Amino acid sequence: MKALCWEGVNKLSVEEVPDPVLRNDQDVIVRLVAGTTCGSDLHLIGGYIPFMRSGDVIGHEFLGEVVETGAAVRRHKVGDRVVVSSFVGCGRCWYCAHDLWSLCDNTNTNPGIGQALFGADTGGIFGYSHAMGGLRGSHAEYVRVPFADYGAFPVPEGVDDTSALFVSDSVPTGWMGADLAGVRPGDVVAVWGCGAVGQMAARAAILLGAERVISIDRIPERLEMTERHIGSEVIDYTATDVGAELRERTGGRGPDVCIEAVGMEAHSDSPVHVYDQVKQQLRLQTDRPTAVRQAIHACRKGGTVFVLGVFAGAVDKFPLGAVINKGLTVKGAQQHGQRYIPMLLDRLAAGELSTSHLATHTVPLDEAPRAYGMFKDKKDGCVRAVIRPGG
Amino acid sequence: MAHGKSLWATAAVLAAGAAVVARRVKARPADPATGDRWLTVTINLGPEEIRPGELPSPLREYGDRIETRIRPAPGDRGTELAVRPRGAVPDSAHSVRARLSGDDPRQDLRRALREAKALLEAGEVLRPDAPPTTHDTPGGKLVGLLGRRAGGEGVL
Ligand SMILES: NC(=O)c1ccc[n+]([C@@H]2O[C@H](COP(=O)([O-])OP(=O)(O)OC[C@H]3O[C@@H](n4cnc5c(N)ncnc54)[C@H](O)[C@@H]3O)[C@@H](O)[C@H]2O)c1
Ligand SMILES: [Zn+2]
Ligand SMILES: [Zn+2]
Repeated sequence: MKALCWEGVNKLSVEEVPDPVLRNDQDVIVRLVAGTTCGSDLHLIGGYIPFMRSGDVIGHEFLGEVVETGAAVRRHKVGDRVVVSSFVGCGRCWYCAHDLWSLCDNTNTNPGIGQALFGADTGGIFGYSHAMGGLRGSHAEYVRVPFADYGAFPVPEGVDDTSALFVSDSVPTGWMGADLAGVRPGDVVAVWGCGAVGQMAARAAILLGAERVISIDRIPERLEMTERHIGSEVIDYTATDVGAELRERTGGRGPDVCIEAVGMEAHSDSPVHVYDQVKQQLRLQTDRPTAVRQAIHACRKGGTVFVLGVFAGAVDKFPLGAVINKGLTVKGAQQHGQRYIPMLLDRLAAGELSTSHLATHTVPLDEAPRAYGMFKDKKDGCVRAVIRPGG
Repeated sequence: MAHGKSLWATAAVLAAGAAVVARRVKARPADPATGDRWLTVTINLGPEEIRPGELPSPLREYGDRIETRIRPAPGDRGTELAVRPRGAVPDSAHSVRARLSGDDPRQDLRRALREAKALLEAGEVLRPDAPPTTHDTPGGKLVGLLGRRAGGEGVL
């Protein structure tokens, strides 16, 4: 079959790879209907995530049709249309049992690497390096889905493929940020990043009762989209002093909850950015935490900062002083998709949530490298490029 | 530029790999009076559900060559299963060389323990897709090797 492979830093190509086969009894094989580009892939393509091998198939946000089921699969049958959580959970370890699915103990096929990098292994995610599972990605004609009874969810009648696709990764990620940050009615919430993840975090905050939600980015189309489709206020960070603006919009208090949905390749105009970039290029720091710093600085005393953006290693100039002296709670997580996906599909079906506007482009698999180029450079208004291997 | 960058990426991988090895080497030495140290995992099952005589195959195959200890984990965290080789294991068995070549007996025991946990909790040991990649490069081979070695001695 054909698949999109990582061939080295900033090198992607569509190649012929062997079809996936059932390797465990709880696997299913899914024929891809649609997959999409995620900001996390950019970190991987840029070489900021270690433990990639050239030839690795990437992609983790997807939807498709079950074409084969392992002997122990109970909840799926051939022909089911399913959306699949990007993180794989076994469903029965302590973490899965406590709805912390991305921390699953049993789904990383290379345990030990995470141990060295982070002090413990994370769960496995599709197509995201040998440190984070060593599982093949979904930008292919077929993908093997382990522990499918737990990670694959039937899409309700009446919810179209494109809308359901994002429930695989970006929607539950955004929801988790607002939920685990403890957004409550009356809160003012600020969200850094107007990609799919940031937009979904903003939407979740609104649905969880936030009084005001303010989203921050610099890309005009994204700001406009966030205002129109999400119903969030926006700030262009290149046009104003974000900290001052947030302070004035919140009666001088600062946002109760700050959600960071930018990640390790954050952009900035400040001189510190050059410093961060140089250090990152030299691998003296692995990540550029611009938006995290700003979120911590802007957050009201006693507030919560939730980091949804992906970071791989160590950062510089982390404002620990603000954390302690303002009594902040700082949290982060990779997404616990299985915890939220059924609820999110219901909300989609009920019309409370809409996601189809995120799909700004649709391409066949052969054009996936070009689509990633466009997504990376945020060209042509690209927010998510949908890749349809079946054309 | 792209080439320079990929060199850095390789350096990052190497550094991470070195960290894997370094961390393993610093592991606490065995207590000579009591033999090799215990290797432990926590299993999300009640102590009554784990019977020493009925551990899953990767551990069962060790038979009398290992000691087994089972005790409740604190709070709701399940059950701690610990194993260690019976009798004295020479220090050289845990040398850096033995670890790099994958010959440290602790590595296999750790793997067996981890697999037993997966079998008890999830009913299977998740296998990676095969083949791991369609075309190998030296960097890729190194990542593969590190992955195989790291699996032998994590904390899980
Ligand atoms: N935690 C998880 O499970 C999870 C899941 C999916 C994605 N992510 C991460 O979330 C982040 C966002 O993902 P995405 O798919 O929306 O990516 P994206 O690239 O589409 O969006 C990122 C946005 O951040 C904006 N940005 C850059 N610098 C900024 C700054 N200093 N201040 C404010 N905005 C800034 C960019 O203009 C862009 O619009 C990435 O780091 C991704 O890896 C995490
Ligand atoms: Zn993602
Ligand atoms: Zn689990």
